[in-house]
Order: sequence, then structure tokens, then C-alpha cells
Amino acid sequence: MTGKQTIIPFGPQHPVLPEPIHLDLVVEDERVISAIPSIGYVHRGLESLVDRREYQDFVYLAERICGICSFTHSSTFCQGIEGMMGIEVPPRATYLRTMWGEYSRIHSHLLWLGLFADSLGFESLFYNAWKIRESILNELEATTGGRVIQGVCKVGGVRRDVTPQFLSEMDDRLDGIEDEMKELTNVFLNDYTLKKRLVGKGVLSKEDAYILGAAGPTARGSGLDIDIRSTGYLAYGDVGFKPVVEKDGDGYARCAVRCKELFQSVEIIRRVMTDMPSGDVSVPVKGNPDGEYFSRSEQPRGEVVHYLKGNGTKYLTQFRVRTPTLTNVPALVSIIGGCELADVPQIVLTIDPCIGCMER
Amino acid sequence: MKMLKTILKQFFHEPVTTLFPEEPPRNYAGTRGHLVFDPSKCTSCTMCMKRCPSQAIIVDRAAKTWIIDRFRCVMCGNCVDVCKFDSLSMEREYSKSAAAAERGVEKFDITYVKPEKPKKEGGE
Repeated sequence: MTGKQTIIPFGPQHPVLPEPIHLDLVVEDERVISAIPSIGYVHRGLESLVDRREYQDFVYLAERICGICSFTHSSTFCQGIEGMMGIEVPPRATYLRTMWGEYSRIHSHLLWLGLFADSLGFESLFYNAWKIRESILNELEATTGGRVIQGVCKVGGVRRDVTPQFLSEMDDRLDGIEDEMKELTNVFLNDYTLKKRLVGKGVLSKEDAYILGAAGPTARGSGLDIDIRSTGYLAYGDVGFKPVVEKDGDGYARCAVRCKELFQSVEIIRRVMTDMPSGDVSVPVKGNPDGEYFSRSEQPRGEVVHYLKGNGTKYLTQFRVRTPTLTNVPALVSIIGGCELADVPQIVLTIDPCIGCMER
Repeated sequence: MKMLKTILKQFFHEPVTTLFPEEPPRNYAGTRGHLVFDPSKCTSCTMCMKRCPSQAIIVDRAAKTWIIDRFRCVMCGNCVDVCKFDSLSMEREYSKSAAAAERGVEKFDITYVKPEKPKKEGGE
């Protein structure tokens, strides 16, 4: 016997949700028929501030769009201004941006792994994931001066340089971090409890992922070979890059993509460190941006697009950000349909939602 | 069983967290902890006020005061970069937590005296 359809509100505040997204779950018995998302709880109107701050100062605001992938936002914004003004960034600065971008990817993925373990009630695993994240944050603080908001990008390069001595010591510390991450991901990929909650849950087929415009690990977990880093922006073209792709499209595949990307990022940081060119880290910037530019980068959650438009003054006229979480919401709605009610929190988390970033 | 090694390690390693009020928080040579103002060097050029992304600094040229709202400051260090007179610097220690009334807005009297030139006289 089937019961009548009921609507259960899920979020914006829920014990497993780190961020406020609201879903109206249409359920029949214990099965979710469909989900109606509603967003807009943490809109801050950051984009409209662009015509009230000088473009060089807006870098610090662009960085605050997101509290996790902050570095990528600032580097994408700078990349856009530099593209518009035709500024040639010194190679050392692009290598440093690549290095910090990969460090922030590691810390974002470790944060997600921890939050996911916490959502299952696996608290010791959560502590371990965040313990490793802390050593990554220490590296970031020692090199940039900030833990989560690094504030190190500027138009024309970066604000700080790293010493050769620091780079050589960093290699040893990375070895230790990599060993700890191996132990951690071993649990995520082989533990019985975690597998029970991940394998076959929230399956997104390759076709659906493409049609619904999924991005980042959500798309790569479904077998789509989409990664902006393979276009070779910043130093990715020099260090060589191949995206991590999993075929199954379920929660386990998305988790596996993130686990494998941790080691890929460590590998990229190592290559960046050995090939680091010498020279200046920034060039002086003169004049004001005029024209428009689309700047794209790969964030921990997927591709981010910054649209910038200038009119020759020091204030930009238009600024628009398309964050990866927004494109992953249609995919999320599609994979929730047909799942068990008890699996909804975990499925929502597997797309790594970053609502603060999505609504700005 | 897969976590056995990790669990056993937990018994022998040092605590990874800091007992914050008793122990000072970790910082590094490059840490942007808090902003320090030197009133004897400030020429009231107001560049720091104009370029502050969070509008935390107010420079009053007439009253010769430099005011910072510590709770608005985001420690980006932009003012340190734009200050041509080395009046601002970043220190590595994080400031201790405080209530807004206690240490929210700090006011400094600018003590800079313009060096006298033989030909030209007077200030602003």
C-alpha cells in the first residue's frame, strides 16, 4: 500500500548541513519522489560592491566570496583584470599561484571529507581529517600570512615570495602529510560502514551529468573528463596535468575523486616546487581596465567563471560570478529523486555544496 | 581494523590543538596578526582610508586623528602596502579577544610635524 505524498522540509538548518540550503522533499512512504530547492538565505550582494571599490582593492573582497576556495576566487579575479589590461604576469607568480591554489584544494577536500565523516556520525575520522587539514593551513599561514583568507594575490602578480629554504623544508613536511592522508583515504575508500552509505547511492549518469551541467568532482565522478586545469592556465600547462575520473557516478565515485585529487595536488605542488622559476613575483600596474573578460578557473568544487566589465575608470561596471555549486544544484535535485529519505543528507553532501559561495 | 594504526597513534603523540587562553596561538614570521600605527610618521595623506576594502580607517586631517575600527579591519594589509611613509606595519601576534566597547575603536593623535623648509612655510 502506498501512502499519500507528503512534503518534508529539509534545511536550511540541519545537523549535517554545513551551509544553508533548503529542499522541499516530496516523499511517498520512505522514498523521495522529487526535491524542490530554494536558495537565497545568505545573499550578501558582494558583486554589486564592485562599482564602489577600486579594482585593485576589490581583490580582497573577491577573495571573501567563499571561505574555503578563497584563494581561487582572488586569483581568478586577478586573472580577469590582467587579461583585460594585457598584463604579463611573471612566471614565478603563476607558479606560486598554482602552488597556493593546490594547497587550498587539499584543505577544501580534507574539510569535505571531515564533514562527510561527521554527517555519518564517524567523529574520530572527522577529527583525523581536520587534523591533517590543520597542517595544510599552517603551511598556508607560514607562506601567505593568512590561514583561510590568504590575501596574497594582487593584480600583476602576488604579494609575497617564498624562500628557497622554505621550499626545501616543505618537501619533507609534504611527505609526512601524504603518509597521513594515505591512512585517512584508506578508511574512506575501504571501510565497510562508509561503503554501505556511499556505494550505489545518488547515482548520476554520465549523460545526466553532461545535460544538467555538473562541474568538478561531481562531473568527474560520473565519468565526464571536465577540468579547466587541463586547458593549462597558470602553470598547469608546464607541470602537466591529467584529470582524475571515476566511472560509477555514485557517492563513492565522487568521494574517490576527491581522495585521489588530494594526492594529485601534492604531486602538482612537488612539481611546481622543483620547476619554480626565479625572478620577480609581481609587475607594476598602470592604467585602468577597459573592456570585458571571462576568467575561468578550477576550484575544489568545479569550474568558476568570473565575468568582468570595465569602462576605463578605476571602478569596474559589471562583475558576475558563476560558482560550481550553482551548476551542481540541478544534478543534486536529479539524484535525490528516487532515493531513501535517510540517504538525503549524505547525498546532499556528496556534491560538496558551498552555499555561501553560490549566493554571495 | 583499518583505523587500528591511527587509533594506536593517538595514545602516543602530543596534542595537536592549542589550549588557547593559556598558550598563545601559533603564528609565523609572515602572519598578519594585527595592525600597528606609528603616529609620529603619519602625514595624514588619507591613502589608507581611501584604499581600505572594509572602510575600517578614518583619518581626520583637521582634527589630526587616525581612527581604526578593529572589528571592521580584515587584516588584508592593503594599507601597509599603500602607506608611503612607513607609518603602518603588520605584527605577527593575533590580538586578544575583546568586547566592542573595550577595544573596538582605537583613536590615535597624529604627532607628525612637517620638517620646515627654508623657502616654504605652513602646513596644509
